[in-house]
Amino acid sequence: MINTRSLGFKATLLSLLLLALLLGVWHLATLGSTPVAAPAPALTPEQTEYAKLMGKDPAALAGAAAAPAKSGFPTLAQMGAVIVRHLSQPFYDNGPNDKGVGLQLAHSLGRVALGYGLAALLAIPLGFVIGMSPLAYRALDPFIQVLKPISPLAWMPLALYTIKDSAISGIFVIFICSLWPMLINTAFGVAGVRREWLNVALTLEVGPLRRAWEVILPAAAPTILTGMRISMGIAWLVIVAAEMLVGGTGIGTFVWNEWNNLSLPNVIFAIGVIGVVGMLLDRVFAQLQKAVTYAD
Amino acid sequence: MPTDAATKTPAASPPQGQARPLGRGPAPAADRALLVQVEALAKTYPGAAEPVFDAVNFGIAEGEFVCIIGHSGCGKTTILNVLAGLEQASDGHVFMDRREVVAPGLERGVVFQGHALMPWLTVRQNIAFAVRSKWPGWRAAQVGAQVEKFVGLVGLAAAIDQKPQALSGGMKQRVGIARAFAIEPRMLLLDEPFGALDALTRGTIQDELLKICAATRQTVFMITHDVDEAILLADRILLMSNGPRARVAEVVVNTMARSRQRATLHHDPQFYRLRNHLVDFLVARSQALSHGRAPSHPPEVRPGLAPEPEPAGAPISPPHVLPLQRKA
Repeated sequence: MINTRSLGFKATLLSLLLLALLLGVWHLATLGSTPVAAPAPALTPEQTEYAKLMGKDPAALAGAAAAPAKSGFPTLAQMGAVIVRHLSQPFYDNGPNDKGVGLQLAHSLGRVALGYGLAALLAIPLGFVIGMSPLAYRALDPFIQVLKPISPLAWMPLALYTIKDSAISGIFVIFICSLWPMLINTAFGVAGVRREWLNVALTLEVGPLRRAWEVILPAAAPTILTGMRISMGIAWLVIVAAEMLVGGTGIGTFVWNEWNNLSLPNVIFAIGVIGVVGMLLDRVFAQLQKAVTYAD
Repeated sequence: MPTDAATKTPAASPPQGQARPLGRGPAPAADRALLVQVEALAKTYPGAAEPVFDAVNFGIAEGEFVCIIGHSGCGKTTILNVLAGLEQASDGHVFMDRREVVAPGLERGVVFQGHALMPWLTVRQNIAFAVRSKWPGWRAAQVGAQVEKFVGLVGLAAAIDQKPQALSGGMKQRVGIARAFAIEPRMLLLDEPFGALDALTRGTIQDELLKICAATRQTVFMITHDVDEAILLADRILLMSNGPRARVAEVVVNTMARSRQRATLHHDPQFYRLRNHLVDFLVARSQALSHGRAPSHPPEVRPGLAPEPEPAGAPISPPHVLPLQRKA
């Protein structure tokens, strides 16, 4: 107990040190890019005039010019400011191209939930059938083997053509990439249920529905949950790429737009958010997995 | 799969635990109503040249405790599985209450070799699963009462809300026995239930089983490798010859009073006569009776009671542990 605690303490300490090291390297690397508070070059009268004509505030423009290059890699301070700005108002909505990062995330999560949910609705019952019937397993195996290795994004053109709706195509791509791990793990788990538990159910004349629900499902649940966890990981990887392609809303679109704006702080912030949300999703499934795992 | 209607307990079946004479050696099987009748049973596994066993004939009377002993590979477990309805024989029939057994059924409770408890359920839930299967209409309180009664019977009331993982091997096997008893089957099938247990635990559970069987007048068919266990528990002991073409070669009637107890068993000279007979069969005779050389209709013998010509002054061999092969 003391050993594990001190191990945990050491690990935390080391993690913090590594973080400090990374931030330090970042700080040193961006130190040179900060202009040494060069006096703002005064705008010529023509420039002022032009700015006024364009409806901009000449004073602000001067300030912006004085600021370090906006397109460059941000310093830690700038990064911090961006993070604070995003986190302080995550849900603002100023039209299609300017939404808070929380809203964008909500769109992405919604798509993942829909595509993933539909995949689970198909994969788990189908996996049950495949797992229980050797005939179904053999008949469907070639299809699964061929379809499984296809990159989900390769489906995108076909989806866009047939569905004719970019948002639904994104959901479809999530659906297709979540399907296989859940299907295969469910079939594997169901086929591997111990003979003796099935024999118990047989000698007790347990009907097929109750057998599936009370014997096979709990027995296969850890394997099924593993498949669901893998699927969720893949879905979260794919949603970013899919949204970059289809545009509209979502965290992937946000990353792509900020890249077009050459706003690296925003891109970096979005990358961090994608990582944290992915980790949280994985944690949720790890907890679910723990809840259904039984020691034998 | 044939319908299980054929194996359901008929409504007109005699009530459970019918009175049977106690306090003396059991009457010959032929005198009593046979609950189970096994006729010319045979099993050939695919690809095998000879059947594992053939022409297996025996009967089990209501309320009788029957043990079957034989070397590994003679098909004991297969016979039990056929009785349970989990396996189909290649030839021959099993009748219970004059209805052929073709599928598993609730009137036959099975205690599996490995306890076969569901590890995600507690002891209570494991047994409740069986109780709800037998009486789907019961209310939760009724199910609970039945579960607690049988958990108490095997002395596990304190561990009722534990998962099997937290129990010792002996406790798990007790739960398995409680689960089989809780559905109050007409016949209980035990597949070497104590094989994996140490000798002390085994003894305790044997006593418990003996007590419960005496209280419920349960009909039991049990596989064992342990000669002493068979003498302690069984009214009749079926001796199987070696495979292939194994048969029930002999039916040994337990000539000791039914009130026998584990603690005093080995003080009775009769115990050694029985024991020697069984050991002699397993060590010397069972091999010679393989390949169908055993009679298809086994004779009933009563070692020590029937005038068995014993060599004068034959020393009573001391109790020793019989080196029997364990089941693979």
